[in-house]
Amino acid sequence: MSYFIDRRANAKHKSAVNRQRFLDRYRTHIKRSVEEAVNRRSITDMERGEKVSIPSRDISEPVFQHGPGGKRSIVAPGNKEFVEGDRLRRPGGGGGGGGAGEGGASNQGEGMDEFAFSLTREEFLDFVFDGLELPHLERKQLVDLEEVRPVRAGISKDGVPARINIVRSMREAQARRIAMRAPLRRALREAKEALEAEERKDPVLRNPSRIEALKEEIERLERRLEAVPFIDTYDLRYNHLVNQPQPSNKAVMFCVMDVSGSMTQSHKDIAKRFFLLLYLFLERNYEKVELVFVRHHTAAKEVDEEEFFYSRETGGTIVSSALTLVDEIITKRYSPAQWNLYVAQASDGDNWDDDSVTCRELMMKKLMPRLQYFTYVEITPHAHQALWEEYERVAAEFPARFAMRQIVEGGDIYPVFRELFRRRAEA
Amino acid sequence: MTRRKPIATGSDWTFETLETFEAEIARLADEYRLDTYPNQIEVITTEQMMDAYASVGMPVGYHHWSFGKQFLAVEQAYRRGQMGLAYELVINSDPCIAYLMEENTLMMQVLVMAHACYGHNSFFKGNYLFRAWTDASSIIDYLVFARKYVAECEERYGVTAVEQLLDACHALQNYGVDRYKRPSPLSAEEEAQRQAEREEYLQAQVNTLWRTIPRSPGSEAPADAFDDEEDPLGLHGGGRYPPEPQENLLYFIEKNAPLLAPWQREIVRIVRKLAQYFYPQRQTQVMNEGWATFWHYTLMNRLFDEGLVDEGLILEFLQSHTAVVNQPGFDSPYYGGINPYALGFAMFTDIKRICEAPTAEDREWFPDMAGSDWLETLHFAMRNFKDESFIQQFLSPKVIRDLKLFTVVDDDQEEMLEVAAIHDERGYQRIREALSVQYALSVREPNIQIYSADIRGDRSLTLRHVQDRRRPLAKTVYPVIRHLHQLWGFPVKLESVEEGEIVRRYQWPLPEEEGRE
Repeated sequence: MSYFIDRRANAKHKSAVNRQRFLDRYRTHIKRSVEEAVNRRSITDMERGEKVSIPSRDISEPVFQHGPGGKRSIVAPGNKEFVEGDRLRRPGGGGGGGGAGEGGASNQGEGMDEFAFSLTREEFLDFVFDGLELPHLERKQLVDLEEVRPVRAGISKDGVPARINIVRSMREAQARRIAMRAPLRRALREAKEALEAEERKDPVLRNPSRIEALKEEIERLERRLEAVPFIDTYDLRYNHLVNQPQPSNKAVMFCVMDVSGSMTQSHKDIAKRFFLLLYLFLERNYEKVELVFVRHHTAAKEVDEEEFFYSRETGGTIVSSALTLVDEIITKRYSPAQWNLYVAQASDGDNWDDDSVTCRELMMKKLMPRLQYFTYVEITPHAHQALWEEYERVAAEFPARFAMRQIVEGGDIYPVFRELFRRRAEA
Repeated sequence: MTRRKPIATGSDWTFETLETFEAEIARLADEYRLDTYPNQIEVITTEQMMDAYASVGMPVGYHHWSFGKQFLAVEQAYRRGQMGLAYELVINSDPCIAYLMEENTLMMQVLVMAHACYGHNSFFKGNYLFRAWTDASSIIDYLVFARKYVAECEERYGVTAVEQLLDACHALQNYGVDRYKRPSPLSAEEEAQRQAEREEYLQAQVNTLWRTIPRSPGSEAPADAFDDEEDPLGLHGGGRYPPEPQENLLYFIEKNAPLLAPWQREIVRIVRKLAQYFYPQRQTQVMNEGWATFWHYTLMNRLFDEGLVDEGLILEFLQSHTAVVNQPGFDSPYYGGINPYALGFAMFTDIKRICEAPTAEDREWFPDMAGSDWLETLHFAMRNFKDESFIQQFLSPKVIRDLKLFTVVDDDQEEMLEVAAIHDERGYQRIREALSVQYALSVREPNIQIYSADIRGDRSLTLRHVQDRRRPLAKTVYPVIRHLHQLWGFPVKLESVEEGEIVRRYQWPLPEEEGRE
């Protein structure tokens, strides 16, 4: 009468579609929550989901109900001191006891002011980067052997057993069987007819040796028919795969930061958050993202992440030193034919006056033609200096590949980031 | 009684021990004449349990955002530890599907088997409401059909269009039941077969209804006039349409809404049929849970008496059972209304007591029942009642005393609440009636019916809300009639009527400034 089924191995995300429908429906609400969250929390913990609340009024599923008012009687348990006829003050707010059987239904949201739930990390990042787009997301063509993917390319006669195409093999076998057996069958039929004709003859007229010969013939044909194999090695067909070169799916991101004395730790923190956002964003668009950290004061140096963000240096600022180093690294290690190149630069805007012109020339001549995108954020509450002005000329030259914005405080990062990467209509 | 060796000890379980326990429970249940559908017991993980919860107990359901919302709510509650998922999830189907969660202890698994596979299962099979309203053998097939049909519609007409339609239907699903007619059984095969036919036929019918050529009095009937048999509603003979108020709003929409496409009618029908499937459950909460709790309690104790479970397990069980039937008082911070497990368990236990050891009071209140065969009486009660009538019939003074029930009258015209009855001689009968009314679906939900459809004029639809004791409709009335308007396609009006007088009017779309009454 009873039986057990172990369903534990079955798929568990049966509700995934419904969950997605819900998130889609309340997209605007959730986005608002997510934006608040991004501004609130430090970017270093972008790697987790987020709790989101929606006013339950907005997501209620209305049904006809009794409203407050009128006359009703409520039965409740746990009477301690009341006697019939007692008069009680109305409890504040709603009408006391609640009706029958409503206890189980309270998670329907009616009683709650906020409907709270959690987004997974993936969903969270989806909302963070919703409506953003990487400019010039070109897939670089590559002949590198790594970047090939096997694709199906018809049927071949040889291959490994794992790739046998059963349908095609069986069809071949059947065709071969038909073809090989047809002449034998015909001969057999003729022999049988001849034998029958011979046996129908008057006994006197029969030719016993012919009958004997026919019988032997029939037997021989039947043996041969039998011997036609059901399947043979040359019936086998295999799915054929060829390696197709794939467009490159790799990107490298250069983080360039000024670490001269004028950059305080809070400047660096702001820069760090900006870099992290960009990194997360690139990571979603490319299979592989490499990071190169270049810091500079009067001289530039490639460093690891720890040193990049936390070691302190003093001195003046020569921005062109960093740009030159980036250019060298690109030439040496990241051929633009194979890599998608992104540069993000953060600085407080200070630079040797003479150097800014050099920067512009470096940018115009060497860097910009090879880069996918260059973002420059200037973290300063003050007026812009020479570097900004020179960069504005670069921006005018490469409007689609170069973007610059000013950040005054931490809260600006996310809006600025969104502005830099917002989906452009012309694309 | 000979005591046997415990089948298993400790809290770990294996499929073998579960099977052995199941067989023993089945043997005992048979002694108590619990008639059940075959059990299909599925062992699942926590995530799967959350999925099952979210789809309101339908093992396969169509997609809708509201189930996603449900899932997120369940997940959040579970994460915070507010909710034990473990207890039970059982589906009224044949075979009866019950879920066991893999991380439950052995005790929990045995308890859930006793509770769900024998308690609820026998209730589904025996209770008259379930027998009349649901067809356990075909529900799964129907759900599969519904899911497929909705998915096809989404593909053909877009997810948004289907979603809006489902939103509207869900808003009205409590009004999708013929309360007094026995419904036709659900069968997926037939549904699929007839569905195409029905589309055409329905559309033809609707077209007929809206062919509203006015007829001059006295003139001969036009050639294609309908005789009475084809026009039982008398809609071509003048008068109000429908001639009788219709309580099944979704049915009326499905058959009469002028602008719905055939696929939309079919989806209205799907929501209506599923509402019908859940209709008995909404009316037998106390009985169903009480019955299942009574039997898990009885069966677990029998297992212990026979020595099949050890002291450790039965103590763990008693702790869990006590938590389930706990009823916090109205002034407790944990109070969330009357606990159906507690009330139902108390009532069934008391019926048994009244049969076996009646007091003078019981003889006076239950002359027929006192001293009768308890098992027979219990089965009778389970089979022939719903919460409303069950309480009306069987709520005993002792249960009222034990739970210390009292009645408060809340009248918005009075400044104070009044205690109308407590657990004393004068109060028993009144509490019993008040509690019975509290569980009556017809009182719990506002009584709203379709009153007329203006098929000759502006095609507006008028609903009537029969207001009882001045209790108005909640503000949700506007969103709901907006949904109704979406289905009907023309203005929708709703009148609240008390004692023959219209006390309030609602309508959608909202009237122009001056039309407001």
